[in-house]
Amino acid sequence: MEPDRDTSLAATVDAPVGWRSRIPARNMLRWETGLGIVVLAIGVLGVSTSSEFLTGTNIFNLGLQSGEIAIMALPMTLIIISGEIDLSVASIMGMASAVLGYLFAKGWPMPAIFVVVLLVGVAAGAINGLLITRVGLPSLAVTIGTLGLYRGVANIILGPNTISNFPTAYTNLGVNGVLGTNLSFSAAIFIVLAVIFGVVLHFTPVGRSIYAMGASPEAATFAGIRVKRIKTLLYITSGVICSLAGVLLTFRLSTAVNTNGLGLELDVVAVVLLGGVSIFGGKGTIVGVVLGVLAFAGISNALLLTNFNQEAASIPVGILLLISVFVPNMAQLTRRLRDAVTRRRHAAPPAPAMGSGHD
Amino acid sequence: MSTTLAPPREPPEAPADLSSRRLTERVFRVRETGIIAVLGLFVLITAVIQPRFVSSSNIQFILVDTSVYALVALGETMVIISRNVDLSVQSVLALSAYLSAGLFGHVHGIPIPVVFLVGFGIGVAFGAANGLMVSLGRVPSLVVTLATLYIIQGIDILIVGGNEVVASSLPSGFTAIPNVTVLGIPWLAIAVAAVIGIGAYYLRTFRSGRELYAIGSNPEGAQLAGIPVARRVFTAFTLCGGIAGVGGVLWAAQYQTINTSAGGNNFSLIVIASVVVGGVAIFGGSGSPVGAAIGALLLGTINVALDVLGISSFWDQAIAGFLLLVAITLDRLISLRLAAALRKRSAHDGT
Amino acid sequence: MDPEDPGRGADGRDRGRPGQGTTPDATPTDAAQPTPTPPDLPPDAAQPTPRPPDLPTDAARPEAAPPSPAPAPEAAGPAGNGDQDRADGAPGTAVPLLSLRGAAKSFGAVHAIVDASIDLYGGEVHALVGENGAGKSTLVKILAGVHRPDSGQLLVNGTPTVLHGPAAAQDAGIAVIYQEPTLFPDLTAAENIFMGRQPLRRGRRIVARRMRAQARALFERLGVRLDPGRICRGLSIADQQIIEIAKALSLEARVIVMDEPTAALSAAEVARLFDVAATLRASGAAVLFISHRLEEVFEICQRVTVMRDGRQVLSRKLAGLTADDLVRAMVGRQLDDRAADGHHTPGDVVLRVERLTREGVFTDVSFDVRAGEIVAFAGLVGSGRSEVARAIFGIDHYDAGSVTVRGRPLRGSSPTGAMAAGVGFVPEDRRQQGLVMDMSVQQNMALASLGRLRRAGIISSKSERNFAADWALRLRIKFGRLTDPVSQLSGGNQQKVVLAKWLGRQPSLLIVDEPTRGIDIATKAEVHRLLSQLAGNGVAILMISSELPEVLRVGDRILVMREGRLVAEYPHSEASEETIMSAATGQLQGQAR
Repeated sequence: MEPDRDTSLAATVDAPVGWRSRIPARNMLRWETGLGIVVLAIGVLGVSTSSEFLTGTNIFNLGLQSGEIAIMALPMTLIIISGEIDLSVASIMGMASAVLGYLFAKGWPMPAIFVVVLLVGVAAGAINGLLITRVGLPSLAVTIGTLGLYRGVANIILGPNTISNFPTAYTNLGVNGVLGTNLSFSAAIFIVLAVIFGVVLHFTPVGRSIYAMGASPEAATFAGIRVKRIKTLLYITSGVICSLAGVLLTFRLSTAVNTNGLGLELDVVAVVLLGGVSIFGGKGTIVGVVLGVLAFAGISNALLLTNFNQEAASIPVGILLLISVFVPNMAQLTRRLRDAVTRRRHAAPPAPAMGSGHD
Repeated sequence: MSTTLAPPREPPEAPADLSSRRLTERVFRVRETGIIAVLGLFVLITAVIQPRFVSSSNIQFILVDTSVYALVALGETMVIISRNVDLSVQSVLALSAYLSAGLFGHVHGIPIPVVFLVGFGIGVAFGAANGLMVSLGRVPSLVVTLATLYIIQGIDILIVGGNEVVASSLPSGFTAIPNVTVLGIPWLAIAVAAVIGIGAYYLRTFRSGRELYAIGSNPEGAQLAGIPVARRVFTAFTLCGGIAGVGGVLWAAQYQTINTSAGGNNFSLIVIASVVVGGVAIFGGSGSPVGAAIGALLLGTINVALDVLGISSFWDQAIAGFLLLVAITLDRLISLRLAAALRKRSAHDGT
Repeated sequence: MDPEDPGRGADGRDRGRPGQGTTPDATPTDAAQPTPTPPDLPPDAAQPTPRPPDLPTDAARPEAAPPSPAPAPEAAGPAGNGDQDRADGAPGTAVPLLSLRGAAKSFGAVHAIVDASIDLYGGEVHALVGENGAGKSTLVKILAGVHRPDSGQLLVNGTPTVLHGPAAAQDAGIAVIYQEPTLFPDLTAAENIFMGRQPLRRGRRIVARRMRAQARALFERLGVRLDPGRICRGLSIADQQIIEIAKALSLEARVIVMDEPTAALSAAEVARLFDVAATLRASGAAVLFISHRLEEVFEICQRVTVMRDGRQVLSRKLAGLTADDLVRAMVGRQLDDRAADGHHTPGDVVLRVERLTREGVFTDVSFDVRAGEIVAFAGLVGSGRSEVARAIFGIDHYDAGSVTVRGRPLRGSSPTGAMAAGVGFVPEDRRQQGLVMDMSVQQNMALASLGRLRRAGIISSKSERNFAADWALRLRIKFGRLTDPVSQLSGGNQQKVVLAKWLGRQPSLLIVDEPTRGIDIATKAEVHRLLSQLAGNGVAILMISSELPEVLRVGDRILVMREGRLVAEYPHSEASEETIMSAATGQLQGQAR
């Protein structure tokens, strides 16, 4: 029996060209455990640098700070596992926030506004999904475009205005926890959604289909999986969730302004990749993403507490992101480095005589 | 004996092939001229509605404003042609702007070309780091440059903190760069156009340039063909970074007040949008920096045109995003039609 | 090559006409002679054995006079020399251009090559034949410098050489034309040929015009007309191969390896390719021609090497050999008797296809499949069979016609609809289309039945495991654990997993495309038995196969497609390899192509 064709010659890849790192299931669990250790380490670090780290109020703040990103990371996880990406998430968030502020300023009742915002999310996700599945455009390019388009719509709707006189019943989201506990609303929603998404992804036929289409789009189609329909639904879900996140953000900040959520898409992608989800699709777990969220939130929060320039938290996040993609490739990487070195040594013409003819 | 596979000479295939070549060439040339046509149309319509649009000051403004984007688009084009992407140009530009312009305040009398070199060097350093990770690590460039975008942004924040470079610290020779005109055309635009021209020429007429296209067109085939893929990709990223560094210096010359928000929040994505609108395939293998520059020009022109037409500048981003979507949709539909036409053609040739 | 008479080689010898070659019956004495076969061949070489699958015999060629006088071996055909047959059959040129001696190569636990040797002489077309898995691909990759043998020697012009990579092989003058050409679709033909070696002028700048002219010259040398300025996207496989060959020429390759080049070519393109091969041969190059179409081997090759289970079992001049000998060497055993297993009486019509058409791919295809019958779709690769099957199942669309399953019309382009109507589809490409290689055995088996294995929306892992274990038992699938990734299974067991996936849905119509490609003999037989059993249970089966023994053994009715059309239909009793092959290649009695 002859082995597979050697596919490891592919150069750098962003396109779904079929370059797959052969990580067996065991490695994934190793990633989650490793990440779990990292989270614990962050916790320990946090406590050692600031006595406030594990206090109730801080946990509340932690949840508050990263809540929206965490929530958006969940549909993003499914999208990336299915082999696509969505960079428009923060712009949908901003658009939702803008619609919220605009309609509120016009005097609409909140429930009606919620419905409209929901529909906005559906529409935004549907546009993404249709362009990607029906027209067949690459998701990277499409969502870069809709990132601009939706943010632009937010700009158009709100212009330079800032709406901030939301009723306290809603803005208390940013002040109180659920039922008086230290769990912020967004954190609570995240936990609920994480369970739902986790069950769907890991235990339902749809979830299995998502893994299949990410790992092998052709085989999934040949097995009767409706790839296009599921992907479109994933994007619509993402749109709805991002609208929700936009509403939460607006109430937390008590402000609707066109720059709400600006730049957050990269945070969301980072969190998901940190969680061990492969950018190529077909691999990843919700557990990993939850841990990734904790790691990310923990770092941001710890830095905040130590009065470290909190915006520079992007440095450790970036480093963690790099580690998350290099570590699985470590074995291959060292082998390739070794090959590169030995190849240089063998640059001379081949030896005339071969003994047993071996490497 | 019967002849199962009779070998009479095949009827000449040239006619069919030449026409299919002409078809593909026509399509590709359409793409590049198409965007020029769109640009021209846009300018025309806006000028008709508001003649003030084509005033010399406006044109100069557009050219100067677009220059930085077009320049960085050159580097980004090289990377995208090889089937990669560099998201970190944004923060490289920002950091370079601050550090190089800040030199003026720290080293009195430092010659302006040296500052440009420093900016270039900063960009090269980060570009090389990207290149190493992508080429040796075989890690997807989307993730790598996302991470370095973050990291460099963080470094920028740490270094800059709450400070900023103020216009007064910059020598007048430096701040005048965007304003110098030659026969009414900003010198800056001419210089950038020249650099882009050199870049395009290099990509077209030098082996290493063609190899970049090959790498993007078929990465496995490139490896099999003996192309030094890692080296080429590394060079592309290094140059992209260096060019972004120079862009930072130019940004400083233009905007003169540099803090952590230099470059703007969507710089990378505007550049990528320019490149794609300009006809460079997002998966590489085809396109030219000239097209990318025209794409940047188009986006810049739209900005100014909207302003002149009294449409709020808040429409800019929406239009940029919309244009990008239209561009890739059109590209896709055209290539589908082309493939179908070619298939029908070869089917009817009786082969 | 003498342009006046293509039948005459450069050395003036009669190369014979295409199609003549060294066909078996021309030398009736050979059947009685012991041919130099390896020891493990059954000692019945003298007995008449059934014709090998792909070889059209003289019965298919009305002009052929069967008992033609046997030409002496030396002048019989394309042998490029008139020298005495030396014991090892080596031709005049003493030193082979490329040689592999005693090579072995393993990938982990898989021993792809155990002990292989091959000598490629200049001026010869050398055939490499063997079943799937015999080691041909690995051998080619070693010659191409992609792999380095674990042991053994590679000799270039008699000098032991180590090839450090494809570039080194290129420098050594070895070029490989793969089945899937690796061109750069966005670049022109000329650029593809000269990538990395474009002609330069002062300042190291590429001269595009000169490059195109050089490319045009190469095409002329090959005798083909292609536009060097044409972007390669959308070019046919045949044209892409020509460009690769032109590239090889430009690299002054002395050894050109063609890996199953005719698999996707039409008859006209094959003819063109053979002319090119003749040109190469006449220029003194060595051509290694890998193919499983024996009639092609006999048409253009002078020497043959047969591989089996990782070693070469036969390597000598082709003259004096029959296709039968080759097949026996490849298979190593008696060919199975053609007698079919009990075929069942068919029931109602399950599948009815009417005038199915997809422009440029297939035209006006109409046929029925009844319950309990196995309809075999025969034809050459590229005749459109898989496309028809995919259109029926809904993966591809069609432009006209209708598909009806059990009386109900099937909406096109909907695999879900087809599945709901009781259709199952085992695709051609096991690894890309049939299985999700990263998933486990269990998960793959369950992939098409997830709806049935769930309870309250959740996939019940117990049901899934039982389902998988049950089918694994029924189909006798060999694996470590159900949770192992399916990539660890052998080809035969992987195919059983794909079958289990569909059988688990109890389909009323099962479409199988190349069910036993790349599978060992034992599992092949099991799969055939299984199909027969299914038919016995009332399942309607549509089987696409390029292996004629399989078609004949398993098919109740045989339909033949050629270039997109259904050209013949034979009930089992009337079918034979000859008739099928003639229909497939367009040589029905009295009909020119």
